[in-house]
Amino acid sequence: MTATVPTTAALALGDDALVLSHRLAEWTGHAPVLEEEVALVNIALDLLGQARFLLSMAGDEDELAYLREERAFTNLQLVEQPNGDFAHTIARQLYFSAYQHLLYGQLADGDGPFAPLAIKAVHEVAYHRDHAEQWTLRLGDGTDVSHERMQRACEALWRFTGEMFQPVEGLDVDWAALEATWLDTVGDVLRRATLTLPEGPRRGAWSAGAGRQGLHTEPFGRMLAEMQHLHRSHPGASW
Amino acid sequence: MATAAAHRAGTLTHGAADTTGDTDTQQRAFDAAVAADERIEPRDWMPEGYRATLVRQIAQHAHSEIIGMQPEANWITRAPSLRRKAILMAKVQDEAGHGLYLYSAAETLGVSREELLDKLHSGRQKYSSIFNYPTLTWADVGAIGWLVDGAAITNQVPLCRCSYGPYARAMVRICKEESFHQRQGYELLMTLSHGTPEQHAMAQDAVDRWWWPSLMMFGPPDDASQHSAQSMAWKIKRHSNDELRQRFVDICVPQAESLGLTLPDPHLRWNEERGHYDFGPIDWDEFWQVIKGNGPCNEQRLNQRRRAHEEGAWVREAAAAYAAKHGTHPEGGPTDDPTAAVGGSTEGEQA
Ligand SMILES: [Fe+2]
Ligand SMILES: [Fe+2]
Repeated sequence: MTATVPTTAALALGDDALVLSHRLAEWTGHAPVLEEEVALVNIALDLLGQARFLLSMAGDEDELAYLREERAFTNLQLVEQPNGDFAHTIARQLYFSAYQHLLYGQLADGDGPFAPLAIKAVHEVAYHRDHAEQWTLRLGDGTDVSHERMQRACEALWRFTGEMFQPVEGLDVDWAALEATWLDTVGDVLRRATLTLPEGPRRGAWSAGAGRQGLHTEPFGRMLAEMQHLHRSHPGASW
Repeated sequence: MATAAAHRAGTLTHGAADTTGDTDTQQRAFDAAVAADERIEPRDWMPEGYRATLVRQIAQHAHSEIIGMQPEANWITRAPSLRRKAILMAKVQDEAGHGLYLYSAAETLGVSREELLDKLHSGRQKYSSIFNYPTLTWADVGAIGWLVDGAAITNQVPLCRCSYGPYARAMVRICKEESFHQRQGYELLMTLSHGTPEQHAMAQDAVDRWWWPSLMMFGPPDDASQHSAQSMAWKIKRHSNDELRQRFVDICVPQAESLGLTLPDPHLRWNEERGHYDFGPIDWDEFWQVIKGNGPCNEQRLNQRRRAHEEGAWVREAAAAYAAKHGTHPEGGPTDDPTAAVGGSTEGEQA
């Protein structure tokens, strides 16, 4: 590790993992099939492991997770979006895991402070991406109902995909190349799933990269309220 | 029972559906195998009552694993530290895995998971009544691990020697994980008990609420237990309900002392003569009420299960349609092995 810890980047990547892990864990007890109870929480556990590692690079993991206000979180808006139906969760997984896989692939090849994490995490994320891809194929190319739901989910989350490629301070990454590859990858999966690549804008009404600047969507505040309330109710206690 | 007894009798046939053999000879071979502590395997002949008892018990056990995810999942999103959150998520994931192993064990007796889930959803099959109690505070997560997983282990360790092979083997795997859960629950309570006064009170309150329902997990007293005698003769069950309950009490009393918590029973005291702890009377009226559906959460648990199943129907249909089109396994996931994902990356903290 270099002398200066790239705190901004550790928080951005750590918050992505923390928040998506939390959302996926919300499925527990509600999944459509028992195998998915196992698979979704498995992915959530991988992400939580990454989050803990990354947040610990920037400070105390619990202080950062439980005592920051909403505006101090720098995760992408994509990962904080509510689960919706299973198609929305899978679309979110497809978009994010494809991004994370490419990003960690680049970080793993470098010699920066995130390389050790990325070398390990890139294997986990490859599984997440495969899981999302398989389900995208099944839902897209399954029944008429599932096709329609999956198409709708892909469209609904499309506008959150632009900010993934805003440069993050402290990460030595070719963002333009990353975005081009991501578009190819996701486009290919959607095509094989008989789905159409959405055409709408890939930026929300906020300026691009809003999540990375601490600007979030309304559901995120409620998610944090639930996540943080017990910890905050007992200041200074250890668990 | 790829067993000597079966081979001697020359009756290695395909289960109860096979009516061509001589039933007396088959029955004798089965009895001999059970007497010799040999394992009965799916392809062996077995009495219909034995099969039905196993299906009922394994199904109830599987249902308990998946319904049991709910009270603990209730706290995943509020876990007060990231370490505890990881432990709890891994634990609940284990329970889903246990459900998978057990539904597979039931399938070896010729009943599908779908069929068993239907029976659960329509109330024709039960799950352990303990999960009809609510988890009201974070300390309940600890109390469940310590007491509920603890009681489950006491019940299940003897099942590792159950006469039916697939069930016994599933139990070996499950018991290992349950003992992790028990230790983690104990450790959670230990931390709370020695934490702030509020945390200590939270731990004591949880133990007060979970103690008696945990004792009820061993089932009705021996003189009121309808299935026990036959199950013991078949070596599905090895100890009576009351024996197991006593064993559990004897284990818990010193553990409660180490935790610095009290068990809510004024009659608890060591009986030198019996070599066991005496304990107070159990409220069997409450037990039967909860079984009948009048517990605090019966309706909520079953409704959530039904809703998840109904809302997931279109997903399962899509997977089946896709598999039919492409000739793959419908729900196998990317690796075709649903349990391949179990394990995660939280080494040392797997529950
Ligand atoms: Fe279990
Ligand atoms: Fe357990």
